[in-house]
This record gives sequence, structure tokens and C-alpha cells, in this order.
Amino acid sequence: MAKPEVDQSKRRFLVAATAGAGAVGAVAVAVPFVSSMLPSERAKAAGAPVEVDISNCETGVLKTAEWRGKVIWIVKRSKQMLDDLPTLNDKLSDPLLEVDQQPEYCKNATRSIKPEVMVLIGLCTHLGCSPTPKFKSAEGDMGEEWKGGFLCPCHGSKFDLAGRVFKGSPAPINLEVPPHKYLSDNMLLIGVGQDGKEA
Amino acid sequence: MRERVNKCLTSTVAWIDERFPLTANWKTHLSEYYAPKNFNFWYYFGSLALLVLVIQILTGIFLTMNYKPDAGMAFASVEYIMRDVSWGWLIRYMHSTGASMFFIVVYLHMFRGLLYGSHRNPRELIWLFGVGIFLCLMGEAFFGYLLPWGQMSYWGAQVIINLFNSIPFIGPDISLWIRGDYTIADATLNRFFAFHVIALPLVLLGLVVAHIIALHEVGSNNPDGIEIKKHKDPKTHIPLDGIPFHPYYTVKDIVGVVVFLMVFSCVIFFAPEMGGYFLEANNFIPANPLVTPPHIAPVWYFTPYYSILRAVPPLFNSQFPGVVAMGASVVIFAALPWLDRSPVKSIRYRGGLYKRWLTVFVVSFLVLGYLGTEPTTVWGTFDKHLMLLGGADRATVAARFCTAAYFLFFILMPWYTRIDKTKPVPERVTS
Repeated sequence: MAKPEVDQSKRRFLVAATAGAGAVGAVAVAVPFVSSMLPSERAKAAGAPVEVDISNCETGVLKTAEWRGKVIWIVKRSKQMLDDLPTLNDKLSDPLLEVDQQPEYCKNATRSIKPEVMVLIGLCTHLGCSPTPKFKSAEGDMGEEWKGGFLCPCHGSKFDLAGRVFKGSPAPINLEVPPHKYLSDNMLLIGVGQDGKEA
Repeated sequence: MRERVNKCLTSTVAWIDERFPLTANWKTHLSEYYAPKNFNFWYYFGSLALLVLVIQILTGIFLTMNYKPDAGMAFASVEYIMRDVSWGWLIRYMHSTGASMFFIVVYLHMFRGLLYGSHRNPRELIWLFGVGIFLCLMGEAFFGYLLPWGQMSYWGAQVIINLFNSIPFIGPDISLWIRGDYTIADATLNRFFAFHVIALPLVLLGLVVAHIIALHEVGSNNPDGIEIKKHKDPKTHIPLDGIPFHPYYTVKDIVGVVVFLMVFSCVIFFAPEMGGYFLEANNFIPANPLVTPPHIAPVWYFTPYYSILRAVPPLFNSQFPGVVAMGASVVIFAALPWLDRSPVKSIRYRGGLYKRWLTVFVVSFLVLGYLGTEPTTVWGTFDKHLMLLGGADRATVAARFCTAAYFLFFILMPWYTRIDKTKPVPERVTS
């Protein structure tokens, strides 16, 4: 009996086609598994905007709230604190807010909607620790030139009272201003901006 | 009577051997696996690593019987194990101490490789499987550390996962995907539990099996770094300098096991926290997403790499170079078999250059390890008026030097191992 002719090129094509189809299948099966690790619908719902009443906020005292499990800082700044902000500019990495760390409506000298009310996400932009408030001028170990701000306990990043990072800090960029808006004079909504944009 | 029992055993083994290579495997891996007769102290750590692996798996199984991988219950369930479960404290301390002991044993095991050239041809694959095991271990340690849901668990994971944020373009999405939530949360804890108790242990066991199969294929290296298979008995084909692993090395390893268990017990019973190095004080406080502990440091076995991360300055406002350096400092071990160009394997016959570089490497590894446990301000700052370094943290500058030395050990290796003056290597192993 004659040896049957083997069509090598057809065989190669079939092997490649089978492997290709198998690979597509494997990727398709991987999609649900990989996606299952994304935030669930419940986690997304829990990430919904939160309302914060700031009527009881005292000047120069830190108020914290929670949004998406992140700490939100709210401080009513005194006139002195606001006046100090521009004087720090040459000590800061990004005084003019070139890096996009705030919504468009907070891209101003005080990084806020109302000048006196500071709203920030209280997580260091270095590695996500929560900095400690150091509000008093020339406070303890902060040195005589300190005008009040925040110090990250993890790696020593320093921020001013508008969340702008000082030069020489490990944190590369300013603290983030979350999207927020005022529902009334003393009621803040964190998570949706006054331009309607969500985070 | 005795004869009948023997006969019964023999026939049982014969029955199994027809269906499964029991005797054949026993011979290949133990009674007729010929290991060089000149193993020394450094050769204890392979079998000890296996012992710790067994301890970790056993204690781990019993811990899962009472642990709850739930952000609301995890911390309390660990305290429940410590206080209310019978002997729970012992099982938990065995597991937490076992983690640190694993790294001590594995670091010494790896150092043995550097001493005697165990990574060199023909053992490159053994070394690569070993690097895989090391990576798995680091993963196990990282995932496991989140489970007690203490402050250090929480903020340590926060810092490490945020490292992924610095990857250009896709970073934030990757860290969101790893966490499964916008912050470290219940979803993160639950999946880390899955990785810690099933995913990584499976990979780890597979790699350990591959590591040993590859070792038994080529045969063990020895302190002289020469191949015992070159001189075999012409009749039996058994290496002249080899002795059967069982009973010679099984008995020797039992001595190591006994000494190891003495040390292990001392730690478990007298210093389970090891002054904050094995279990950190802040981890006895439940995780609080709103308050960061004043000083965050990883557990000691990660501190050399953590120091490297901190030492590399940011570039273009990005932490990415530091993250890359930290990753590279671990992965670079995989390149070792090809970086080493020396004609000899063992440090016994190498010249002074390699010895000096190895010393530099070990010292910088230790210094980096120490600095990683401390804040960068630990050594104060240089005088303000000093040239170049004025006002800089001394510890950061030291960490930068050590990081450079760490990498130069690897990068310059092809050069200094080639020009190093080596001594003649003996034909047969020395006693």
C-alpha cells in the first residue's frame, strides 16, 4: 500500500488554527475571572457621594469625613492662614497647581470653592498614608518658619493648608481635592463636583 | 511471627510496586541518591526550609479553622484564636514565627549558593525554580500579613498596593483591580485570604517539587564546587565521593532539625514578637482607615528592598524608578547563573575580588535591612554647610550608597569574576 501523502502545510495551518482558537477561548474565559476582581456593584454603590454638614466646623479645627473609605479633611481656615498661603509659593513643588490634582473650579489660590473652606482627600500622594495635622505656626519640631499644614508620619512629606506639597518631600504632587459642591451654605456633597462630574 | 510480618510487608510493597513506583522513587530520591560526602554546616538549610514549609502548612490549616476573612471579624477572630481556642496561641505563634524563620533559613540557603556556586552550570534551573520559590514566599508573607487586620496590616498593604499606582498610565486601574475597592477593604482582605491559603501554596508546592526533581537530576553541588559524577566506580557507576542520602544525610539533617527546633521553640515561648521585629506592636491595634500609625515599617525580611525603594529619588514627579529598582533588586537574582563567569564555582578556589564583592553585598544587604526598619531621620542630617550633601538625611545617603553597592555586585560580576585570580581546583572532594 502506498504511503498516504501528508500535506504538511495544511497540517501546520490546522495546528495553528486550533491553537489560535484555543488561545481566544482561554482569553475569553479569563475575562470573567479577571473582572470578578474589580469593585463589585455593592462596593461601587458604597462609593456613592456623601453629604457633610459643616455648620459646626470651628475655624482652624480639622473635621474628617469618609468617602469611598478615604479620609476627607475639611478645615475652615482663618484669615491669617489664608494670607500665609501665597507667601509659601517659592517653597512648594507645584504652587501654581500645574498637576491635575483638583477639579477645575478649585484651581485657584486657595484650592477651594469658598476661600476659607479647605476640602481635601487626606491621603499622602507618596504612598497613601494619612498625614497628621500640624496647624500651629512654628509648632514644636516643625521649625520656626512653619505656617501650619500637614506632616506625613510615614516618610515625612509636608503639605501646606491648601494641601500643596513642600519641596524636598517624598510626595511628588499636591494632595488631591475631591470633586465636591455645596448643596446649601453649610451642606457639602463629596463625590460630585459643581460641574456635575463624578470622580 | 517475625518472618510472617516480613513476608507480608514484602508482598505488600511488591503489590504497590506493580502499580506505583514506590521502591523506585525511594531509591532515586533517598537510599540511592548519592550526595557528595563533604557537605558542611551550610547544607542544613535546604531540608530546614522544607521543615518550615510543613510547619507553615500544618499550622495554617488549623488557623483557618477559626480565622474569619471578614473586615468586620478578622481582628477579633485572631484575638479569639489567641485567647479562647485551646492552644490557639501556640499554633498562631508557630505560624507567625515560622514566617520569619522561613526567611532566615531561605536567606542562608541562598547565601550558601553564593558561597559555593550552586547556581552555576548545570544547576541554573534549580536556581531559577528557587528564585520562583523566593518570590512565592514574599507573596505569601505579604498576603498573610494583611489577614490579622491590624494597623500595620492595613497600612502596609496600603503602601505596597499604592506602589502599583506609580506605573505609568495603567497604574491606578491596576491597584483598583488588586484591591477590588477604592481603598483596602473587605474585598481586599477576602481575596488576599484566597491567595494566601490556596493559590500561592499550590504554586509554592509545585515549585518545591520542581526544585528537588531538578536537583536530583543533576546531583548536589558541594563546598568544593566540583562534580562528583566525574569519578565513578567503574563497576557500580556510583560516584566515588558520593554517599547515599539515606541514611547518611537524613541522620545529619535530623541533627539540624533538632537544633533548629530548639531555637524555634525559644522564640515561640520567650519572644514571639521578637522585640517588634517578628510581630509589630501597631498590629495589635485594629485596622483604622482614618488614622495612619506614626511609623510604618515592613517586617524585617522585606526591609532591604523597602530601603532600596525609599533610597531611589523620584523622577519627573513619579515614584516609578524606586518601584522598578525594588523589583529589580529581587528579580536580579535570577540572572546570577549567567552573570558569574568565574572558571571555578566554590569560594574556596576563588580569588580576593569575589570575596570582597560578596562581603560588600552582604554588608549593604544588612545595612539596607536595618535602615528599612527605621525612619529616614534615624541618623540625623548632614551639616547644612557641607558640600553637595548639606542638609540631607544621613540614613538616606547611606541607603543610596548601599543600593548602588547592591546592584554593582551583580552588574560588575561578569567582569570581576573573569579577571579574578583563582586557585587550582582539586579533582576529588577534600575532606
